[in-house]
Amino acid sequence: MTTTRATTAQAKTQQAQTIAVEVKAIEQVTPLIKHFTLAAADGAALPAFSGGSHIIVVLRGATRVYRNPYSLLGSPHHLDTYEIGVRRMEESRGGSRFLHENVSVGSRLEIAHPVNLFALAKIARKQLLIAGGVGITPFLAQLEDLRGGAAPYELHYSVRSPEHAAFLPRLREREGDRVHMYYDSESHAIDFDGLLSHQPLGTHVYVCGPAGLINRVLTTAKRWGWPDSHVHSEQFSAPPVGDAFEVFLARTKVTVRVPPDQSLLESIEAAGVEVPYLCRGGVCGFCHTRVLELDGELTHNDHFLSDVEKSRGKSIMPCVSRAHCRSLVLDL
Amino acid sequence: MNAVVKPPEFKPNETFRDDFSFRNSPAAIRRFPMPFPSDDYMYSVNMEPHVPGAAGSVAEHAFDVDEHYIAECRERAIVLAAEPLRFQALPHMQSAQWDCLELIMESLARDYPAHFSLSKRGNHWHWINRPLGIDQQFMFGDPASLPHQPLDYITRQTQGDFVVMDQRDGDLWIQAGMITAPADWSLDFDMGMTFKEWHGPVPLAHEMNVFDRALKYLLNLRLGQPVRRLNWTMTIHPRLDTSPENYPFWGPERTTVTPQNAGDLVHLRVELQGLWRLPRSNGIVFSIRAYFISLRELASIPKWARRVHRVVKNLHPVLVDYKGLTRYRDAVVEWLAPFDDGSPTSSGTAPE
Repeated sequence: MTTTRATTAQAKTQQAQTIAVEVKAIEQVTPLIKHFTLAAADGAALPAFSGGSHIIVVLRGATRVYRNPYSLLGSPHHLDTYEIGVRRMEESRGGSRFLHENVSVGSRLEIAHPVNLFALAKIARKQLLIAGGVGITPFLAQLEDLRGGAAPYELHYSVRSPEHAAFLPRLREREGDRVHMYYDSESHAIDFDGLLSHQPLGTHVYVCGPAGLINRVLTTAKRWGWPDSHVHSEQFSAPPVGDAFEVFLARTKVTVRVPPDQSLLESIEAAGVEVPYLCRGGVCGFCHTRVLELDGELTHNDHFLSDVEKSRGKSIMPCVSRAHCRSLVLDL
Repeated sequence: MNAVVKPPEFKPNETFRDDFSFRNSPAAIRRFPMPFPSDDYMYSVNMEPHVPGAAGSVAEHAFDVDEHYIAECRERAIVLAAEPLRFQALPHMQSAQWDCLELIMESLARDYPAHFSLSKRGNHWHWINRPLGIDQQFMFGDPASLPHQPLDYITRQTQGDFVVMDQRDGDLWIQAGMITAPADWSLDFDMGMTFKEWHGPVPLAHEMNVFDRALKYLLNLRLGQPVRRLNWTMTIHPRLDTSPENYPFWGPERTTVTPQNAGDLVHLRVELQGLWRLPRSNGIVFSIRAYFISLRELASIPKWARRVHRVVKNLHPVLVDYKGLTRYRDAVVEWLAPFDDGSPTSSGTAPE
């Protein structure tokens, strides 16, 4: 049973270990996106990271705590500050709204160490990056790793209209004509077939953005015979709002009420029970939890469980998934 | 300096070949990392956070430096001079090599300030290794500023073997390493393998899904939260380089063990294995630090003699073969038997 013990111990250190940061600058870069620059509160250098990494930002609101994942968009070579881009989500539990409205220059926040679930394949012979909207953020850091390397690369960046093209001046200045822009407002869309049908052998493609964009890239790549190992995507789900429900935690013998605007994971944490997590966005599988009893239906919102596992109803990712149920018992 | 534990006094002339003059001091025996918490042994995914252990223990620091430090570094240099391919690194592992150099230099300078120091001015780094008499200025990130590749350079100054893995396709791939003290496996043979291919020869564990669970755990290994585990085998003489490449030199020694000489010939070899996520490369470095103790040294701790006697006596036959004990297991059991009066051993690995 060493495994369980180690995992629990690790989960404890992991959640205890946050870094206190201070907001150094805030810039409204599009009507919806704010760019935050963070520095360690003690002035020390921040931990080194690789392009594609995200951090969990801990936001202590008046009545609740949010823990939201944001990709690091600054250069991995400059560790005096971390930079994140936050899109204001209206239909959400309020983490991004809190950052937009309640956080100002000088505010103190906590962050967790970077984790990379969207890493560049270092053996790629060419790197093809496709971004939609705020999905540009992980690529900004990856481009810093790619520049000066041996493999050629290009970025295809799709946004609603020119005013929504976050960080475009920085991209143009650093990457020049390696950046290809697409504007919905000008009916200029990415030619997915054209792009994915004639790339050289050994190319890896990466996509980050809205679900529709990711699905187009994945299905087009599949149709043109790309191996799965060369196709990479990242989509953090914000935990969706839903109906309130109750859950009983069998091991700790605690009943937790999950309100409409709080995730299952957040509610369990608020009740003082720790669950190991990495991404809090339904991607990594770390918070995988066994469902012991269920009278009702699970609402799976993650990208980790297979469709078969989801339909079986024996496990749930509490970071983004919920339930419509009369009763739910979890192995926690 | 008000260190509670005295720094080790190095024994620079010890050897791990030819006359095998390696010995453990009484203090080294007491801090030996016993891998058996109970009287029986079977695999488990026995990983735990690599957080500082008790003062003086082998897990007190990220990388343990003990009385054998100088001698082990010389042994590594001897192996590399004869077989340069014991160090290898694929071209895409450059950033991972620098990650490793940084991790080791920062750890040693922090944990053993009397022996090592590191100062930085931007990318201008200054490294001092007093036990080995090294004073090196270099540019972090510029391989031309060091006499060897970064991983090669720093692991020549560190006890223990190192494997560096790249993470991609939901797997871990061996892409670099410094392996001069292997327990019968070859970096040259295993380069490029995935995690499960690398562990292919291990019996029973695959059926127990040990590697599925271990791989899943490692793919999620976090920055700043290293983990460790212990592994073990037995070796004739305190021979660090039991490599497949040199099998003709050490394989036949296993036929020379008798119940009379086992106490001095047979050594328990325990590996303290550490795993770190690397920051810039998103790779993982795996350290394999081997500790030796002869049966005679081990028998100076009554609880350990009883326990090892029972573990070896009742070891699963498949593990007896896999660990290469087949020819001399009975001699080990016979040599240890007089130290086992049948009294119970307390749980845990402490000497009592």
